[in-house]
Amino acid sequence: MIDEHNLFDEIEVERYELFDAPNYNFHFDRRDFIKAFGLGIVFIVPAARVLAQQRGQGESGRGGANQNLPNDIEAWIHVDEKGEVTAFTGKVEVGQNTRTTLTQSVADELHVPVSSVHLVMGDTDLTPFDLGTFGSRSTPTMVPQLRKAAAAAREMLIAMAAEQLNVAPGDLRIVDARFLNHDKSKTLTLAEVAKGRKLVKVIPDNITITQPKDWTIAGTSVTKVDARSYVSGKHRYTFDVKRDGMLYGKIVRPAAFNASLVSVDTQAAAAIPGVKVVTDGNFIGVTAPDQQTVTKAANAIAVDWKSAGQPSNKELFDVLRKPATNQRGGGGEGGGGGARPQGSMADGLAAADKKLEQTYTVQYIAHAPLEPRAAVAEWNGDQLTVWTGSQRPFGVRTELAEAFHIPEDKVRVIVPDTGSGYGGKHTGECAVEAARLAKAAGKPVKLTWTREEEFTWAYFRPAGVIDIKSGVKNDGTLTAWEFHNYNSGGAGIQIKYDIPNNDIRFHASDSPLKQGSYRGLAATANHFARESHIDELAQLVGIDPLEFRLKNIKDERLRAVLQATAKAFGWGKSKPLSDHGVGIACGFEKGGYVATCAEIAIEPPSDKEDKTNRRVRIVRVVEAFECGAIVNPRHLHNQIEGAIVMAIGGALFESIQFDDGKILNPHFAQYRVPRFSDLPKIEIVLVDRKDIASAGAGETPIVGLAPAIGNAIFNATGVRLRSLPMAPRGLTT
Amino acid sequence: MAKVTSLNVNGRKMAVDIDSSVSLLSVLRNDLDLTGSKYGCGEGQCGACTVLIDGVATRSCITQVGRVGGKQITTIEALEKDGKLHPLQEAFIAADAMQCAYCTSGMIMSASALLAKNAKPSRAEIITGMNGNICRCGTYERIVQAIQIASGQAREVA
Repeated sequence: MIDEHNLFDEIEVERYELFDAPNYNFHFDRRDFIKAFGLGIVFIVPAARVLAQQRGQGESGRGGANQNLPNDIEAWIHVDEKGEVTAFTGKVEVGQNTRTTLTQSVADELHVPVSSVHLVMGDTDLTPFDLGTFGSRSTPTMVPQLRKAAAAAREMLIAMAAEQLNVAPGDLRIVDARFLNHDKSKTLTLAEVAKGRKLVKVIPDNITITQPKDWTIAGTSVTKVDARSYVSGKHRYTFDVKRDGMLYGKIVRPAAFNASLVSVDTQAAAAIPGVKVVTDGNFIGVTAPDQQTVTKAANAIAVDWKSAGQPSNKELFDVLRKPATNQRGGGGEGGGGGARPQGSMADGLAAADKKLEQTYTVQYIAHAPLEPRAAVAEWNGDQLTVWTGSQRPFGVRTELAEAFHIPEDKVRVIVPDTGSGYGGKHTGECAVEAARLAKAAGKPVKLTWTREEEFTWAYFRPAGVIDIKSGVKNDGTLTAWEFHNYNSGGAGIQIKYDIPNNDIRFHASDSPLKQGSYRGLAATANHFARESHIDELAQLVGIDPLEFRLKNIKDERLRAVLQATAKAFGWGKSKPLSDHGVGIACGFEKGGYVATCAEIAIEPPSDKEDKTNRRVRIVRVVEAFECGAIVNPRHLHNQIEGAIVMAIGGALFESIQFDDGKILNPHFAQYRVPRFSDLPKIEIVLVDRKDIASAGAGETPIVGLAPAIGNAIFNATGVRLRSLPMAPRGLTT
Repeated sequence: MAKVTSLNVNGRKMAVDIDSSVSLLSVLRNDLDLTGSKYGCGEGQCGACTVLIDGVATRSCITQVGRVGGKQITTIEALEKDGKLHPLQEAFIAADAMQCAYCTSGMIMSASALLAKNAKPSRAEIITGMNGNICRCGTYERIVQAIQIASGQAREVA
């Protein structure tokens, strides 16, 4: 079954948030849970070696993370008396459409309509353990896992139907949830077979699943399965959860990061009718029967905080160049499993006709999911149930169990399909806060973070500095490649260019801000630096950037997307208009291959933004993407489009501004995210490889845009921009 | 403090007992359990809370309930009638114009106000008219297409 050990080896360094110490220390106790199923058939996937929850244990790097959980991990398929199928997965839906992907995969394997398959997701009491929804792992691991369960279910149901119909199992097949014999003279429905039985079956290890070339429901553009509940406003996100007697909560936040509490006066707040104030160490919170009162109460608390001086954007890159004083867990040097230098940089540089050294930087950016962090917590005795929008329901369960000193089986975490995450919702701080307030109040408590809190107290995509030293021959052959990433991370740091002499390293730093996972992690920063630098080298030896890349890349899959993109874009076919420029970039990460072409226009200053600086308008983006066999072409298309649009922000204008432990732009009015008016013409080329297992697609399509835009700006202006964001206030040069 | 005692929401008169300074969004969501309108920023910057006030798209998060006491308030919940979706709702599904869909209610309400003023908006008019609404998942192109479908200007979608 699923072996996630490879994943564990590759847990990227920049998942810093998983190794951070808990925010609070509370003291509490425990009791018991039972759940039951009705009649029907339950299929159990036998033991699979699944990765331990990677939790930080402090000093020993990744060592503390490596605690294997019990081996027996069950994944369930349930067929009820009406023939309705329920599948269970610990994965969560955050907009990436994995609910639809998994539903159609189960339907495909069972030969039943999509409408009769229901998915229970991200509920720690109902679904098998899961590490979390990240790393583009849902498609490559959960699709085959559920398919195996479904395939075993199908075979067993056929055997049962054969017995009922008194025919040989080989004479039966399932079509659209009906069992048919060869001449269709004998038929049964799924309900007629499943009805009234309660059976448990262990799935054979050797069960085979349907290959992509034989898919009927997978591989098609099934509509988002619960689209109707979204367009009608009926879907209940965590923000919308209500419980009987529920109170509202609010946390009083420190004045700055790393601030310590000097004094707090809660008298005025506590005097407001219905208000309860909770203080516990550095935790200060209030509950009240309604949102207005709780806000008023929080504002009525007088607090003094003290904080020492902390860096700002101005010193950021100097700070990041200094080695970390505190060894963090996760990943090895070089990232992604530990890179080893190859060949000799000295030899490679000696063989070069031209050499180049450049530095690239990226600022912190925010995920800014439209649904901020939220949680509803409810205690029944020592049993805790929390609804929260997290990408790691089981990780949040652990955080809660640790915070309240209760066993994990006393904690249930339920993740309603969530208002996006992009890697930004791996942690459970809001769940812990809500549970602490609910414990004190003795009633369910809903805690919803404001936009300002989400911008300030979540975590950011790491900032970073990247130094590259390289050598190239006049014929365009790359000879040497030295790459140092400070702080941002190791994802996507490895090269697909054939360079015999290379030395690629990641260096940990002390980050001034709380940082962590973000869609694509450091692959965006590493691709930006690498693909900008490759463009500079092509320029240096006077070779077309596409030709230069193809000359140095042997990997067929990467060449294929490069060529597909260039063809669709019309690369090299015509000269760009005056004040327009074109750029190309390519990359590989997490089983996905991407190539991006962009056309930009340099336009006069806009009155609204900056009256003096010319602005960069993205005119057109063409992106080819290949991630193996495509499960749902339309949703893949949608993901790629979304990644391109999200990438525009980080490429051109998104940047967290901070000083002395304070975030200076924690509002959409100050932190600009892409809007309708930023939308370029986007064309997607999907490369479907039915002969290759499907990889995830939520992340990698984001990495090509920034370098393609930077290269296009150079093409238009002759100015090379080496810092993300490239033009927050337009072009200053 | 002045109180609001009744609201006209989705064609029904609803009895409430709310301070007039409270935001309309809070009243809709917490008091009337109409949770289709979303909190995204609380500052009128993202459009997730958009409702119609006498037909005009309005950010309910920065609208005090005291200002809308006598007016017709329409939320996303009113668009589906007798189990039949509004053409915009159908079009959003047809165009797959959502990912996490947290922005969807606000998008549809803003779009309905746009189409009420301009039955066949051009692409540029759609972009200008919708620019106050954020979709962090980046499904803007599909939302444009959905509005074009709902206004009878497009059919097929990639």
